Amino acid sequence: MPQTIVEKIFAAHRRDTPTPENIILDLDVVMCHEITTPIAITDLEARGLDRVFDPDKIKAVIDHVTPAKDSKTATQGKILRDWARRHKIRDFFDIGQNGVCHALFPEKGFIRPGYTVIMGDSHTCTHGAFGAFAAGVGTTDLEVGILKGVCSFRLPKTFRVTIEGELPTGVYAKDVILKIIKEITVNGATDRVLEFVGPVVEAMSMEARMTLCNMAIEAGATCGICLPDRTTAEYLWPFIQEQYDSIEAAVTDFARWHSDPDAVYERELTFDVSGLVPQATYGFKPDEVKDIAEMEGTPVDQIYIGSCTNGRIEDLREAARVLKDRKISEQVRAILVPATPKVYAQALDEGLIKVFMEAGFCITNPTCGACLGMSNGVLADGEICASTTNRNFNGRMGKGGIVHLMSPLSAAAAAVAGHITDPRKMLAMGAK
Amino acid sequence: MREFGGQALFLDRDDINTDEIIPAKYLTEITKMALQPYALEDLKLGGFDPRRDLAGKNVIVSRANFGCGSSREHAVWVFEVNEINTVIAASFARIFRQNMFNCGLLAIELPQADLDTLFNLGGEVQIEVDLAAGKLRAKGKRQAEFSFTINEFDRRLVEAGGWLNYADQHY
Ligand code: SF4
Repeated sequence: MPQTIVEKIFAAHRRDTPTPENIILDLDVVMCHEITTPIAITDLEARGLDRVFDPDKIKAVIDHVTPAKDSKTATQGKILRDWARRHKIRDFFDIGQNGVCHALFPEKGFIRPGYTVIMGDSHTCTHGAFGAFAAGVGTTDLEVGILKGVCSFRLPKTFRVTIEGELPTGVYAKDVILKIIKEITVNGATDRVLEFVGPVVEAMSMEARMTLCNMAIEAGATCGICLPDRTTAEYLWPFIQEQYDSIEAAVTDFARWHSDPDAVYERELTFDVSGLVPQATYGFKPDEVKDIAEMEGTPVDQIYIGSCTNGRIEDLREAARVLKDRKISEQVRAILVPATPKVYAQALDEGLIKVFMEAGFCITNPTCGACLGMSNGVLADGEICASTTNRNFNGRMGKGGIVHLMSPLSAAAAAVAGHITDPRKMLAMGAK
Repeated sequence: MREFGGQALFLDRDDINTDEIIPAKYLTEITKMALQPYALEDLKLGGFDPRRDLAGKNVIVSRANFGCGSSREHAVWVFEVNEINTVIAASFARIFRQNMFNCGLLAIELPQADLDTLFNLGGEVQIEVDLAAGKLRAKGKRQAEFSFTINEFDRRLVEAGGWLNYADQHY
């Protein structure tokens, strides 16, 4: 029977089939952060089950609120830290080494093609960029994952999303995924996998693929996934060079996960992005998306560049293109949150941090921060934020606050203009 | 296995998300009970007042894509500690639905037409859940009976009192 990539991964990890519709999968990686894991830890302790199935397959980070902002978040961090030490979890990242989970863990080489990955976090779908099946789960699933190394799923059907054409100047993976979510709607892919294929995906960097897969959940999908190829192998090379004789050998091996040519898809969608223009959200749902030009002039109070969607080095480079030799508007305040220490260090080396600072940005340490309205830039009632994050729900970045999602380039342009604007105008003007 | 059913709270909107069910700022709590006062705090729905309207209710009835958004199981726990044992909707976000069954609670999908009937019964609506027979009996000003099915594995989770108990016995 021809199979999709996810069907192949499921077949290779099947532990049990309690009913024809349900599959219990063996897990390769269980990832933990300090918001959803402490409650799992305290519950396991209370049940007398304070064990881990394999400390080497568990990865943990304090990332959502770090450094702690108050006693409660300090306690959450402490529970995770103590637990990681107690169980000898070597891959635990605390202050100084920590960054946003979905940016940090890929950077460490923890995710490989064909893996099964869970985390108590909905944007776990990001890791599908490596050709892994990676799904967000709740705390009970996480507990069982920690304890037993298994998770239950229904075999998801797959939508094949083919992205064709050539990305125009000033248009990025973020614009593409916003357009796709608009088309599929917020629940159009519930219980489905979005398999991203086509020449545009093949030409994308791993960073851009992560941006694409990151927002699969915003269409309801269990996972976004890309087929692992040379780009994947090159990104992972520092971590896999002992395993393979050459990058070519890795590419060949990865190809066993590719969907068969006659695999069955529930739905086929094709997007030609050659005519795509920068996109942004206008409402409180991620499928409420317009061409950014239609929102020209919308005032903003804050700019936020960061998160697991768009806090990677490429994102900072793109934003810096319009910020160089320009100042942010006096009407706004602007925050840059490099997603990981590595991104931060690289941005320093490349002179990007200087560009952001001279433009008038505040730069914080790597953390989730204001993305989920917990720290480092929470909005006041009625305030508007142009943000590179992934969710514009009512109150997401602070009660009564309004969020417009867009690409890093568009957010940087909004910072300079003091209102939402088509960023391509500034690119056309070039550096001042 | 717990008892299911009771008085219904109607939330007549699609896409009620987990941020509306329990805002992120309460995710710093480390016990389920501490979440209790904050259920549905950010839900804006014509005249809805969570503290007043949630009191005494055991069943939530809503529309499509209920529980979309984050993976936070807090959205299920905050119902659990408010005595909600069942959510009935046209459809659920995957993680929310899984979290319900994982906690031994019921997430029941009904077709659009049945939901319309349920929303229009009038008065205070009392819902009986017969899990074995797959029947819902609802009594308000008018009465109605509906059939539902749940996945066999989800039923086993409910019977085991949740996924952790089940997994601990089987794996
Ligand atoms: S950056 Fe935002 S969306 Fe990403 S993991 Fe952190 S809180 Fe979640």
